[in-house]
Amino acid sequence: MSEGTVLDIRNLKSHFFTARGEVPAVDGVSIQVPAGKIIGIVGESGCGKSMTAMSVMGLLRYPGRVVDGTITLEGRDITHLKPRELAKIRGNEISMIFQEPMTSLNPVYQVGRQVQEAILKHQKVGREEAKARVIEMFRAVGIPEPEKRYHSYPHQLSGGLRQRVMIAMAMVCKPKVMIADEPTTALDVTIEAQILRLMKKLCKEQGTSIILITHNMGVVAEICDYVYVMYAGKVMERAETFALFEKTEHPYTKGLLRSIPRLDEKADRLYTIEGVVPNLLHLPKGCSFCTRCSQATERCRQERPALYETEPGHGVRCFQYEGEVKLDGE
Amino acid sequence: METSEKNMTLDHADQIGEADTWRDKVKTLVRQNKLAAFAAVMILLIVFAAVFAPFVAPYDHLAQSLTDRLKDPGAEHWLGTDELGRDVLSRIIFGARISLTIGLVPTLISMSIGTVLGVCAGFYGGKVDFVIMRLADVMLAFPSLLLAMVVTYTMGGGLINIFIALSLINWAGTARVVRSQTLSLKEKEYVEAARSIGVKKWTIMRRHILPNCLPSLIVLFTLNIPSAILSEASLSFLGVGAQPPSASWGLMVVRGKKYLFSEPWLCIAPCVAIMIVVLAFNFLGDGLRDVLDPYLKEQ
Amino acid sequence: MLKKVAERILISIPVLIGVVLAIFIMLRIVPGDPATTMMGEHVNPAVIEKISREMGLDQPYYVQFFKYIANALHGDFGTSYRLNRGVTQIILEAFRNTVKLSLLAAVVAWIIGITAGIVAAIRQNRLLDRLFMGCALLGVSMPVFMTALVLQYVFAFKLEWFPVAGFDSFRAMVLPAIALGWNSAGSIARMTRSNLVEIMQDDYIRTARAKGLLESGVIIGHALKNAMLPVVTMMALQISSMLSGAVLTESVFGVPGIGRLAVNAIETRDMPLLQGTVVFTTVLIIIGNLTADLLYNVLDPRIREGA
Repeated sequence: MSEGTVLDIRNLKSHFFTARGEVPAVDGVSIQVPAGKIIGIVGESGCGKSMTAMSVMGLLRYPGRVVDGTITLEGRDITHLKPRELAKIRGNEISMIFQEPMTSLNPVYQVGRQVQEAILKHQKVGREEAKARVIEMFRAVGIPEPEKRYHSYPHQLSGGLRQRVMIAMAMVCKPKVMIADEPTTALDVTIEAQILRLMKKLCKEQGTSIILITHNMGVVAEICDYVYVMYAGKVMERAETFALFEKTEHPYTKGLLRSIPRLDEKADRLYTIEGVVPNLLHLPKGCSFCTRCSQATERCRQERPALYETEPGHGVRCFQYEGEVKLDGE
Repeated sequence: METSEKNMTLDHADQIGEADTWRDKVKTLVRQNKLAAFAAVMILLIVFAAVFAPFVAPYDHLAQSLTDRLKDPGAEHWLGTDELGRDVLSRIIFGARISLTIGLVPTLISMSIGTVLGVCAGFYGGKVDFVIMRLADVMLAFPSLLLAMVVTYTMGGGLINIFIALSLINWAGTARVVRSQTLSLKEKEYVEAARSIGVKKWTIMRRHILPNCLPSLIVLFTLNIPSAILSEASLSFLGVGAQPPSASWGLMVVRGKKYLFSEPWLCIAPCVAIMIVVLAFNFLGDGLRDVLDPYLKEQ
Repeated sequence: MLKKVAERILISIPVLIGVVLAIFIMLRIVPGDPATTMMGEHVNPAVIEKISREMGLDQPYYVQFFKYIANALHGDFGTSYRLNRGVTQIILEAFRNTVKLSLLAAVVAWIIGITAGIVAAIRQNRLLDRLFMGCALLGVSMPVFMTALVLQYVFAFKLEWFPVAGFDSFRAMVLPAIALGWNSAGSIARMTRSNLVEIMQDDYIRTARAKGLLESGVIIGHALKNAMLPVVTMMALQISSMLSGAVLTESVFGVPGIGRLAVNAIETRDMPLLQGTVVFTTVLIIIGNLTADLLYNVLDPRIREGA
């Protein structure tokens, strides 16, 4: 484990056991989260990015479960904790916010109480003290009139405000890591920018690391320090954000970046990556991206590439870079 | 998970995958509705026994025999005999005729009334809707058993009057369901389209609204049958329904009640018969609801 | 909120009047003269006429109706033909037992039903779930008098734990209450389970888990309140079937309640008594439904606070 890594995910495999067979939703993912940094996980829907997050939170439900790999939080293996132990970590050391602010809050309780519950659960403080902290946190996440909003019910708040409540809930115990699963997808673009800025600010102030899951390369460019590009349950490319945009290496990442509409280029049609994400039950024998890759060779169809390190911290899962150092084997 | 369900490409391997899904679906369907299928078979058997009761029943259900009074269940009389020496099994088989008729016919009549009123309320809205729905509120406010008792006070007891009472009082529930379905169907594009080109109201109701209410109605019908059967049994049990020497199950229970502590089967056998029929219709109804109408939640 | 309450109460009034009117009409279309029915066929016509006049039976129906309503509002439901006492008094005596029975049964139904529903939802598709749901379906399908008879036979006759009949001690009330509550327990259990199972898929449940709550805390703290909202409405709708069931239970255990009153009234053709019983019961049901409706509004903040 490198210096300053808070959360270390090694070779994580989470599978779903369905009537039609075992689905490898997360297939050997390794992610290192340095303290106080923002990590982006990018990919199309169904690439396993949310499943990775759920695995870390221990929130995978039947028929899915972690079958292999380790998740280490500050040197402590949390992969197979008992429910009681896991509950002490959730919301306290690792917290999570979700894509749907509209439905992620319980409609029958006041929002303040729902945040207060997290404090009471994890810290030995009285109700009044907890309430004061909630209001303080509400102020920190930019909720206007926090004392009044404390007693609001979710349906009385806008989507943006609800997501701020969710962030307050996730940050109120000052966790080491916060996982944000597409936190802005359901929001307006202007609200999205505000929320992202807020997350970045909190991350700096509290020293919390953030894992930001998104399908939006623009969001990544804006706030992430490191990026992991996932495809069909595997990390295809990983690098510092700056390096990834400067020196894109994997054909899939190139495709993703080309499909962002740009104002400074004239194009009749938006670029799209041909084909669709393969069925995880029937993955190609070789590289999982070979069915859609314009540079695929016969070897790509037969063998699986490892993650090769082209520069320190920059890994690519593609045979084009085979000469380099292997980061993980298969 | 999500990925495996969607994102089917057209290569060979995935077509096999698709075939698998179908087979799985059929499998789960059969597995889920095994009970409903079993219940349907049970119901068919009971209907068969009721229709051919004179051939199925070992004895005449009215034949009394003073020497055979209150016999224990045994080889000769499988469920024993009652206080007049009548064979309990034969009486139960003949009683099925009463229960099934009471379950089917008044339910059909009351649901037809409810459907017509419900469609009218939903379609015309306004005053018509208000009057019909307040009427339904009134009907639903009565405890059904007491209402049926009032009817028997007015018209006298007996099966025929129960028949009429159950036909007239149980329409309100159906009317509510049909009304709400009509209201949502009315907003559908194809109904709007039909209206905009001047199709007559009655034609729209017949062609577009009723057929779409049918799945719910079938489910509702199956679930209303057992409650009608229970109503008749309860009224007969209270002595205001079927009169002796009828083989109505409810009447058999109340007459057997006197012998509960000495010859419990006299009471329990017709009770079990009622329970089996009600259970079978409930299973079938639940199964049908899952298949036909997942939106009609438990009421 | 207040406006909504007033609205609901206002809507109940025409229903109430409709109910009384319906019973009134149904009992008046009975063939034959009520005074004759009451006194018997062989009484001097002059006497019958006198009684008719005294009881106001010679007046037009609508006059009788409004008189009845006016008197009922003052708590006077007329005089029983047979018992020669005020109907109100007779009903109140009988109702005390019926209400006691129904309330006890409701407590039984809620405790058994909700507990079984929660346990079944937690152990979804496991043995305990199947077992409980099987029992629930059996409970729903068993006629009330069957439950009553079986309980009576096993626990009162065979085991002699409880008295066979009567309603004068708490011990005597146990079996009737269970018999009556069993049926409702079945439907409450089924509904609690299916609501809980559905709600456990909701996003805010995931949030609660992510917050660090244990599964039991998630269910009790977050899922239950949402799941119970529709159950509250259903409990109210069950007041009606509960009272119907009470009639049968009373008959089995010989409880002197409204069920026995109604059966007696029919057998002795005591119209004022029957009328009073049904009106009384129905008004109780309407009030119960109204209360449940308002309770639902109070419990659900989405309705209470306005969207």
